[in-house]
Amino acid sequence: MVLDYTSSFHYVLALLPELVLSAWGMGVLLVGVSREQEGGGGQELGWLALAGLAIAAVANGWLYSGVTEEGATAMIAVDRFRLFANWVFIIGAALSIVISLPYVARQRLQAGEYYSLILFAAVGMMFMASARDLMVIFLGLELMSIGVYALAGFNRRDRRSAEAGLKYFLLGAFASAFLLFGIALIYGAAGSSNIHAIAVAVQDGTIATALMGPGVALLAIGFAFKVSAVPFHMWTPDVYEGAPTPVTAFMAASVKTAAFVAFLRVFLVGLDGLYAQWWSILWWIAAITMVAGNVVALVQSSVKRMLAYSSIAHGGYLLVALVAANDTAAAGLLFYLLVYTVMTVGVFGVVIAVGNQTEENSRIEDYAGFGWRQPVLGVLMTVFLLSLAGFPGTAGFIAKYHLLLGAAQSSLWVLSVILVLTTVVSYWYYLRVAWYMWMKEAPETAGAGGRITTPFATRVVLVVSVAVILLAGVFPGAALDLAAGSIDGLRDLVAGSGVAAGP
Amino acid sequence: MTEIVFVLFAVVAVGGAIGVVVGRSPVASLLSMIATLASVAGIYVLFEAHFLAAIQVLVYAGAIMVLFLFVIMLLNLGHDYRADVKYGLWYLLSLVVVGLTAGALLQGFMGTGATGVRGDGAAAAAAIDAVVAEKGVVGAIADPLFTDYVVAFELTGLLLLVAIVAAVVLAKPRT
Repeated sequence: MVLDYTSSFHYVLALLPELVLSAWGMGVLLVGVSREQEGGGGQELGWLALAGLAIAAVANGWLYSGVTEEGATAMIAVDRFRLFANWVFIIGAALSIVISLPYVARQRLQAGEYYSLILFAAVGMMFMASARDLMVIFLGLELMSIGVYALAGFNRRDRRSAEAGLKYFLLGAFASAFLLFGIALIYGAAGSSNIHAIAVAVQDGTIATALMGPGVALLAIGFAFKVSAVPFHMWTPDVYEGAPTPVTAFMAASVKTAAFVAFLRVFLVGLDGLYAQWWSILWWIAAITMVAGNVVALVQSSVKRMLAYSSIAHGGYLLVALVAANDTAAAGLLFYLLVYTVMTVGVFGVVIAVGNQTEENSRIEDYAGFGWRQPVLGVLMTVFLLSLAGFPGTAGFIAKYHLLLGAAQSSLWVLSVILVLTTVVSYWYYLRVAWYMWMKEAPETAGAGGRITTPFATRVVLVVSVAVILLAGVFPGAALDLAAGSIDGLRDLVAGSGVAAGP
Repeated sequence: MTEIVFVLFAVVAVGGAIGVVVGRSPVASLLSMIATLASVAGIYVLFEAHFLAAIQVLVYAGAIMVLFLFVIMLLNLGHDYRADVKYGLWYLLSLVVVGLTAGALLQGFMGTGATGVRGDGAAAAAAIDAVVAEKGVVGAIADPLFTDYVVAFELTGLLLLVAIVAAVVLAKPRT
């Protein structure tokens, strides 16, 4: 089916997953306020939200199975790049909701608002992936961010959660201003906010270069903040540590994914012709991010904080793919984001289990002897950590390998060496947790009280995640082909088309 | 003449924006903000975007600012506070960053001799006049808003809904 927007129904079809999810989010909100306050912890609302994600996934699959658009210049892109990213968002949101179920019940959070904000944030991410217009990217980013600000400060009884929410909100608003200023300057320079039209203007040389340079720089700063690259990462450890742990998982996995997807489309499609101007900035940001993220992670004593720095480091690896700016690297980035989402949410799922659905037990000493007490969770955690480190045999290794392939294709030797060396460094802090879990005796005094209870659903999901990671580590072919197919044609410009009409 | 008026409005707008940040009492900040918003409305008039200018004054400088003032008075924030901008090193650092950014922009304009205006300004103005003559001042904005940019428009609505939900969640009394 070809969407040509002659009938307004085509607008609905082009945005089907987003519309389904927005409507479902409002539905969850309504059900949430209409049920009794003292009800059973809101687990059924979580399942309702999961059902909405499943329907959105079906809609996304229908679009993937051969719906195309005419012209490929409209404000909303109907291409496989967007749809692949949508899969990743749906998976990330669904996994986050599953690990939230017992946490939200135990902490007595307001379930209706909690789950609907996750759905709305996912809608924002989908718009960031689908936007072929800087304005829609900004709106999607704000939709996602506002939802996540509230989620970070969601636990009203926890001071650290409030601090995380406020800190994230203030700094996020500041970064949004950079992004918006950059968009305004680029609009002035190129005469359009349409990414395709900007690419054409850059190619034809009809841009005002005086405005373009600062505009690109401000845009890069805005995105670098959202992916928490190093000079702009100050908020990350505090926010990740203070936010409720399932929200941290959602932030680390999906928010970062969404920012990278939009980053890729703007810089590799819209500003591709200016590569000579922006690559050195991103080169330095990538290098500093990898080094600083990994080195600072070495000395963390809180596991949540360590994982925050590890997610900064992963952002650095992913930036290498943007600097490489070729199709191999772009496909590698998509595959990496998929794997990264699964393993990040998985590792936080175990962190929640260790904390027994609270914010306690997050120091590394609390993991002493955990592997022997809870063998299943211990093995799962070990696999997640190995995959995050990029150990051969796990999906994390394959993902890193393909980033390196992309970097090698663009002859980024120094960055490749930094990537490999910092990966080696990262083994230390990932394996330290595993070492505590299996080699250390649990102290007699601590942890004597509770056997940790993890609900059946969470266990099933974690086991499935690990199975996916191991399977993709040994037979990555199918997922890699899917990622490579999603990049196909993304960066082609439609000849002779200027500012586009349409949605 | 237009340039002089523009510079006047621009100086007031930027000065007001600085005033919002450095103002010692919330009310002073608020009044600076009104000055900024009113000057921006003036700049819209220079662009011949009369409808936008009117809306800017009515909605922002009028309704929203009154709402801000209500909140400040209800919360009894009208006292003087210690300035929370840390002077010293950070102050110097921020000045350096602002100076460098402004310098880069200036160098861009001076170095290339470009005004930053892309294409033929007169032709663009004529095109806008034609659209306004055809559809009216409001129609020139409303038409694209509900056709080409309808997705962005509806998305803004969703954004406001989420902002309200987020605000209610965070402002509810603790239970």
